[in-house]
Amino acid sequence: MDWRRFGFIALIISVLFGVVVLIGHVQISPVIIITSMLSTTIAVATPLTLGALCGLYCERAGVVNIGIEGMMLAAAFFGWLASIYMNTVFGMAPMPSLIGGVAFAILTGGLLGLLHSVLSVTFKVDQIIGGTVINILAIGITGFLNRQLFFEKGSIFGGNVPHAPGVLPRIQIPYLADMPVVGRIFDQQPITWAAILLVLITHYVLFYTRWGLRTRAVGEHPRAADTVGINVIRMRYANVILGGMLAGLGGAYFTLESVPSFEPLMTNGRGFISLAAMIFGNWTPFGAWSAALVFGAAQALQINLQFFRELIPPQWAFLQISYVVGLAPYLLTMIILTGIIGKNIPPAADGQPYEK
Amino acid sequence: MTIVLEAKNITKQFPGVLANDQVDFDLRQGEIHAMLGENGAGKTTLMNIIYGLYKPDSGQVSVRGEPIEIHSPKDSIQAGIGMVHQHFMLIPVFSVAENIMLGDETVRYRWALGGKLDQKTVAKRVRELSHQYSLDVDPTALVGQLPVGIQQRVEIVKTLYRNAQILILDEPTAVLTPQEAEDLFRIMHELTEKGVSIIFITHKLKEVLAIADRITVMRAGKVVGTVKPKETNEHKLAAMMVGREVILQVEKKAAKPQEAALKVDGLKIRDFRGLEVVGDISFEIRGGEILGIAGVQGNGQTELIEALTGLRSVAGGKMLFAGKDVTGCSPRTLTETGMAHIPEDRQRHGLVLPYAVADNMVLNTYYLPPFGVRGILQPKAIDANARKLVQDFDVRTPSPYVPTSKLSGGNQQKVIVARELSRAVKLLIANQPTRGLDVGSIEYIHKEIVLMRDLGVAVLLVSAELDEITALSDRIAVMYRGQIVATVEAKKVTREQLGLWMAGGHPEGVPSRRCPEPVEGCCA
Repeated sequence: MDWRRFGFIALIISVLFGVVVLIGHVQISPVIIITSMLSTTIAVATPLTLGALCGLYCERAGVVNIGIEGMMLAAAFFGWLASIYMNTVFGMAPMPSLIGGVAFAILTGGLLGLLHSVLSVTFKVDQIIGGTVINILAIGITGFLNRQLFFEKGSIFGGNVPHAPGVLPRIQIPYLADMPVVGRIFDQQPITWAAILLVLITHYVLFYTRWGLRTRAVGEHPRAADTVGINVIRMRYANVILGGMLAGLGGAYFTLESVPSFEPLMTNGRGFISLAAMIFGNWTPFGAWSAALVFGAAQALQINLQFFRELIPPQWAFLQISYVVGLAPYLLTMIILTGIIGKNIPPAADGQPYEK
Repeated sequence: MTIVLEAKNITKQFPGVLANDQVDFDLRQGEIHAMLGENGAGKTTLMNIIYGLYKPDSGQVSVRGEPIEIHSPKDSIQAGIGMVHQHFMLIPVFSVAENIMLGDETVRYRWALGGKLDQKTVAKRVRELSHQYSLDVDPTALVGQLPVGIQQRVEIVKTLYRNAQILILDEPTAVLTPQEAEDLFRIMHELTEKGVSIIFITHKLKEVLAIADRITVMRAGKVVGTVKPKETNEHKLAAMMVGREVILQVEKKAAKPQEAALKVDGLKIRDFRGLEVVGDISFEIRGGEILGIAGVQGNGQTELIEALTGLRSVAGGKMLFAGKDVTGCSPRTLTETGMAHIPEDRQRHGLVLPYAVADNMVLNTYYLPPFGVRGILQPKAIDANARKLVQDFDVRTPSPYVPTSKLSGGNQQKVIVARELSRAVKLLIANQPTRGLDVGSIEYIHKEIVLMRDLGVAVLLVSAELDEITALSDRIAVMYRGQIVATVEAKKVTREQLGLWMAGGHPEGVPSRRCPEPVEGCCA
């Protein structure tokens, strides 16, 4: 990860924050605005971060995964469904139900990861097609089950959505969260903390452990890995499943951490944006995370502007429209891909099935 | 002497080919045992079986008298066998140490997610090994930034790191400069003195005679025989490899030059940075003669050929072909005018590898009758053409419809030669036509080139092999830093003189260029 890229990322985040400060400073102190923006940015970047880490494990092992979106959507649904079942049908307490839901989300992601590896590693199906299959499958299955279970008469929940057990509670970091004003940055929900921790862990795993060395070898030159006795197929399977589990955790964010409900298509392209974040971050964990923060900041801008609705001058009004800000990630991705910010170097064997 | 490795009765059948047919082979402690054979003779298959990349259909491999089961490279590494593959198995973005430890990592803090890689200990061990065998490898260097010769040493250290006592070198000199090859031979002797036994796979006869203790020759999947260098010579070895007498010396009659087929006048070529890579070159080639262009690689030959064949635009000067001004003409126009081109890199520029042999044979004529009529391909005509060419040019392929990528290098080259020379041509441009080919194929291609000349075709031959230039050419032009520094009759010049001129020592002066020295990336 080069400094030019980090500089660019810092610049974009400052600009996005600056816009909100510029509009809101007459009513609220800039420190509070920045704190609020930062807190929101970190939170909303969570699924993007986890999705990008999913992409990272897969692509570093040489498997392109465009099914992150589908993995997250399916995990969001099944994690939520599991938590409702545990809470309503089995009568478990809300907290264990939520934790069980997260576990199910991770399991769902892992299973879809397994599906992707069966398709692309064993059967050598075109990896883009394999990912698309997962995306379409996830949209279909979640939409169908959602309707069948909750909106059909005579279904288990009898045509109405039962009460979900709520969302995961916030966890405060001792001392840091007690600080005035900036304290709220250190008051986040568990999946958000997990995502940040996983960025650090992934960096360590990829670049300092045996697992990481072998994973990267398999993604760069699988034949070379094979000749020194590394099982290419097994490494790829393991990494894609691991990636799927991370995407699953990212999916849990939507229904178990952000809001206690499920809507069809609720991931809304986040899986694809996280793929962009991974590329933006040049296939490195810190790069991907900082890119996820940029996209998170764009979203935070839109959320925070709602507080100053009457203050927004008419020429800035377009910033409130979600799809204008929603464009930011895609525009930024395109800028990055032009190579202005430095060359993007994917793993050499990325997307190529291994043939003995 | 003890036998460290023995392969008995190895048989391996691939679809359509019996790659190894009851092969016996043994390796003694501390010897260099050369495996000689044409491409596709089964040398590499045998080695891949010993190394565990392929499973034999039958047969037994023993190490130090003990039969072993080899299912994967892991088992062979365990048994002390190391292999340096022809295409290096190195990861360019990894450091030397990382490449060497891959698959056999040393870690600390096992509790931390399987352990942290211990780069320091590995680096120390690499330094020790590299010192012990005078290999001079820096463990912290990035492999992708090392020259090929050093990368090969990294591969050797990689096997030694795994305590290999038996080393398989698969065509190690194919990618090396003569200087690097000398270094490699020195290292090989160093290794054998310390007890390592080496299997040296090659098809270069001179090398084998110079370095091997024993030579085993393979042909068509069978072992033809094992000999000692003292008991044999180049001719005998070549005959064993090919199965008949091979003429290493090209036989040709005196040239009967006709009128000029190609006239080049003041040609200038710039590279993408605007630097002149070929400056003001003029020459002509007449029908019925072979003009050889000698020169160290990277002195503008590639660019010159690309310009002549319409693949690169020129910055100035003129090209007259068959009396017409063809400067800036497209490759198709040139092809239609009667130019044939055997490109430098056959896999990248000569063939569409996934295409069937038959399709590659009409790659530049597919739109012309009889192969294409009103925009529709004519499979019957293409088929007939392919079958005829496969026969005429002796292309060894199971069928004209296998992907060209499945053919050996020599046969791929024959597909190109067949395509280019089966048309009515006036000029043949052959750039490194025999690079990486075995003796049999080289002999064949040389014969074709001389035959073309005798039919009145003008031939422009570019080669980095001085032997090839002197053997074939009627006239020789020496290129140095983008200029032709001398053009001489082939008979009136010695190898030594040519070598001197290629290095820039021509008395008529080295043309002044922007660069004082042939630095890579500047004039080169």
